[in-house]
Order: sequence, then C-alpha cells, then structure tokens
Amino acid sequence: MENSRRRFLEMLGIAAVAAGTQPVWNAFAAEHGSATPEPSVKKGPNELKAKQWAMVIDTRKIEKASDLEPIIEACHKLHNVPHFENKHHEIKWIWEEEYIHAFPTDPNRFLDERIHHIPFLVLCNHCENPPCVRACPTKATFKRESDGIVMMDFHRCIGCRFCMAACPYGARSFNFRDPRPFIKETNKEFPTRMKGVVEKCQFCTERLAVGLQPACVEASNGILTFGDLYDEESDVRKLLKENFSIRRKQSLGTEPSVYYIV
Amino acid sequence: MLELAIKGSKKFYGWIIALLAIVGIGFGIYLMQLGFGLGITGMSRDVSWGFYIAQFTFLVGVAAGGVMVVTPYYLHNYKAFGKITILGEFLAIAAISMCLMFILVDLGQPMRMFNVLLYPTPNSVLFWDMIVLNGYLFLNIVIGWNVLEAERNGAHYPMWIKPLIYLSIPWAVGIHTVTAFLYCGLPGRGFWLTAILAPRFLASAFAAGPALLILLCLIIRKVTNFDPGKEQIQSLAKIVAYAICLNVFFFLCEVFVVFYSQIPEHMDHLKYLFFGFHGHDSLVGWMWSSMALMLVGIILLVNPFTRKNETTLAVGCGVIFIGTWIDKGLGMISGGFVPSPLHHVTEYAPTLPEIGITLAVWAAGFLILTIFYKMAIGVKEEVRG
Repeated sequence: MENSRRRFLEMLGIAAVAAGTQPVWNAFAAEHGSATPEPSVKKGPNELKAKQWAMVIDTRKIEKASDLEPIIEACHKLHNVPHFENKHHEIKWIWEEEYIHAFPTDPNRFLDERIHHIPFLVLCNHCENPPCVRACPTKATFKRESDGIVMMDFHRCIGCRFCMAACPYGARSFNFRDPRPFIKETNKEFPTRMKGVVEKCQFCTERLAVGLQPACVEASNGILTFGDLYDEESDVRKLLKENFSIRRKQSLGTEPSVYYIV
Repeated sequence: MLELAIKGSKKFYGWIIALLAIVGIGFGIYLMQLGFGLGITGMSRDVSWGFYIAQFTFLVGVAAGGVMVVTPYYLHNYKAFGKITILGEFLAIAAISMCLMFILVDLGQPMRMFNVLLYPTPNSVLFWDMIVLNGYLFLNIVIGWNVLEAERNGAHYPMWIKPLIYLSIPWAVGIHTVTAFLYCGLPGRGFWLTAILAPRFLASAFAAGPALLILLCLIIRKVTNFDPGKEQIQSLAKIVAYAICLNVFFFLCEVFVVFYSQIPEHMDHLKYLFFGFHGHDSLVGWMWSSMALMLVGIILLVNPFTRKNETTLAVGCGVIFIGTWIDKGLGMISGGFVPSPLHHVTEYAPTLPEIGITLAVWAAGFLILTIFYKMAIGVKEEVRG
C-alpha cells in the first residue's frame, strides 16, 4: 500500500515535469522534425518583403578604404564575427578586395586609375542559382523561398565544407576553432557560432524581419542600396535602369544578386 | 571464421600491436582535434579541404581497383583469378573503411554526421557518395564473407550471392565516378571542372589498386604458406600496365586542353602545381616526382622482361602506387584550391597532428586488412592442407 502510493506520487512528479517542459520539447521537435528549416527570427508586422532581395554597390561613391570601414565594422560587430590574427582561420562576411581579386575572370590590363585604386566591397551574392545550396548534403544552407536569401542553419551544419568548395566567390568562412574568445564585444541579440560550422552573410534576415534595412546598407552613407530585384519601382531597379552595372563571374550562371555600378 | 584471425605467430601479434599503437596515438591526437577544432590542421579559409579529403579520394580508387580481379573471374570466367578474388574484395573493405574514417575526421561537427540521413538531399553529390560508399562496403562484406565461408566448407557459394557480385562490378565504377563528381561539378574551380576527371580517377584507381594487390600478393607468398600464384600476379601486372598508361594519357589530354586553350582559370592551377605560381612552389618537386615515378612504372610494367621478373615488377608497382598517391593524395585537392576563387595564393601543407591522424587512419585500415587477409589465408591453408 505504502509502496504503491509512493509510486503514484513519483509518477505524478514525472508527469508534472513532462508537462512543464512541454514547450521545450515542442521547440526541440520543431527544430528537428521539419525537413525545411524555419526562418530564425519571427517576423514582425513591419517586416520588409521582396521576391528576391538584391544589393547595388555604387563604386563611384567609394574613394578610399576608410569609406568602407564603417560598413564592415557595422556588420561584423552586429553579427559577432570574431577577429583572428591567423589568416588561415579568418572569418569575414563582408570585406574589401582590389578590382583584380573581386573580378579575377575579367582582368582589364589597362584599368582606369580610379577602378585600379578603389577598394571593392565583396560579400555573399545571394545567387539566384546558388552552387553552395546544391552542394550542401544536409540543407543546412538553403535558399529561402519567400525572398531569395541564401541562409545558413548553424545548428544543422556538419562542417563538411562542401559549400566552401562550391562557392565561386570565396564568400564562406569556416570556424576552424571556437570563435567566442575572439569576439571583442558580444552582441547578445545575435547568436555566436561554435567551432566546426560554416558561416556567411545572410543579408540581415533578422533586421528585415522587423522592418530594418541591412546593417551595412544603413552604415554605408548611400554607397549601398538594397531592394527587391523584381519590383520595377524599387530603388535597386531604378539604379540599374539608369546605370551600367557588372556582377561577379556572371558567366558561371549563378545569377548573383549583388550589382556593382562602376 | 573470425577465430582464424586471432590465432597467429608472435610476429603476427607484433604487427597487430604496432598497428594498434599507431591507431592509439592517432586517436589521442584526434581527441585534441575534436577539442580544438580543425584549426590544428594546415587547412584554411582558402584551402578548405586538405590531406584527409585527398587520402579519401585516393583510397576510393584503391577500393574500386578491387573490381579488376572480380570482373575477369566472375564475368569472363578467368579461372586463375578465383584464387585471389577474395584478396581484392577484402582490400576493398579495408580501403572503404579508411575512406569513411577520413571523411569522419574531416568533419567540423562529426556528432552531427547523421544529419545527412535525417535530411536526405539528393541534389548534393555528397549524399550520393555516402550511399555508394556504404553500399560498396556492404556488398563486399556480404560477398567476401559468403564466398570464403563456402570455400571453407567445400561448397559452392549460395546462388543469391551471384546477383550481388554482378551488381558490385558497376558499383565499383560508381564509387569513383561519384567521388569525381564531388569535384568536377563545381563552377569556378577550373582545375576540377573537366569531364575527364572521372575517367582519370578510374584509370589511376585501376593502376593503384591492383599495384597494391600485387605487392600484397608478394608479401603473402613470403610470410604465409599460401601462394597467390605466378600467373595471377602476371595478369594483374598487365592490368596495371594498361591502366597506368591510360592514366598518363588522360592527364596529357587535360594538359593539352588547358595549355592550348590558354584559359587562365584552368591554366593557373596546373601552372601552380608544376611550375609554381607567383613564387609559390611547394608542390612543384612532388608533382614532377609523381610524373617521373609513373613514367618509370610504365617502362617497368610495359616491358615484358621487367614485368616478368618479380623483383623489377615489385619496384614498378611500388613506384606506380607512390606516383598515383602523390598525384591524387597530394596534388589533386590542394591544386584545385590554389589559386583561390579570388585569385589569392594561400599554400597548404599538412601539420604534424594532421599527419598523425592520417597515419592512424592508414594504420586502422591496415589492421582491418591484416585481420581479413589472415582469415582468408587461414581458410586457403585449411582447404589445401
């Protein structure tokens, strides 16, 4: 009798714990149960929408490296991108390159002085036909159908680095070691990553969800313009209509969504 | 039959313990890698695959090479190979095991590896590679085990094995083709972006695999009472001779296309490997050695006098194995990453811990090989005596 009452109380206790942790289990089930990953930030009422987000970089407004520093700083600070002294372990989401490295397949021997000297901003191109997404064996990197952003699920990535081999733009970085001790100031609003996973620019999905432009665009002083590629009235389309623009390695058929006005 | 694998001489146990020691040390280093991350290797943002993936690529070839004894025996009824098919199949088992271990040690988050099964992604070549590699391992274990057991019992192997044997033949071609597709379908990697990559992989596989098998046969003859046979070794030698010629021919086709078209994205990688690029030339010596070794191998194996002499044959097989290993296990992967897609030159060299882990995987592979071969030869000795 005594024994069965104790057992009953035990069962009750376990049931209470199970009921109490129900939301945790649900979250767990949601994360692992669906084949297509869910967006990471819940969308707010002011969410910015597009068919395919795109960026136009107006290089005419760039004169020197210091014009780009605040842009890179804004992104890397917001997204907890660590700083490594060792070049091999480097992690970067948006950075500067000379024309010859940003456009290595279109080398022009007698470049004009301006293009030759100015730094070019490079980042993930959020390709319309992304080779990295094709290569990933776990769908840890995927193209979000709602707005064409090529996203990363840091929790699903197994660190095989197939996407890095597949990306023709060198846009992806791998966490060769624990990045956390190398973040100057941790931004609590964005997840830090762990060792052994790949990461890259995600066009600030977390900001778009609450109605904000990407951090780099906001910090760019008009150098960067962001908008819907398939909306004729959008700022990016207006710029592209009026100016000659180029894209990186267009001949590969990846359809990059980052355009450069030169 | 497993009991046959654990009864052995002192020498046998010495060998096993030596291999276990290397595996143990390597496992310790792997725990370090697990703790720190892949940063203890020489890999970098620009060269994101290194020694591990290169060994994997080379060993898929060795595994596929096993089919060169299976096909003549089962498909063309070439009786002589009946004696050594089991050696080819067991070599494939050991090689595939090493491949899987190399993939495992290369993962940044190995605990998540089953995500590949949880979220099957048919558009990823890696998904298919997982299927063909594990399938080939399974086929060889089932076939090898049943055929050997039947031989031990003096019976014919069960008939349901036959379709599996036929399946294993195209499957062997499949493993190396899919492995080549990992690389040759990537836009912007000019070195790999060539339709000849899979045929090249297969040719080098059918040279390296049987060359290793010949060396193993010669060792087996020396240390056991089982003689794989002179005719068998000579037939294998002819296979190696043809395959290594094809391998060099395919490579020269690639060289022609690249240097006659003069498209920089394709040319720069070969320039880096064979002449150095912007002053970076750490692989130049290796690549020319590889070419020289393969050439010496061709001379020794095509010439009937040196092929029929088992001493020069052994030398020939040795240089072919090393030559193809340098070509695939060293140049093929780093070569594709240098220069980088942004045309920067970051060189790659494996670090000591990386080499330690690599040696441990090889040792584990040889341990598997030793145990399986001990079993096979035990049965052969039993049946004969």
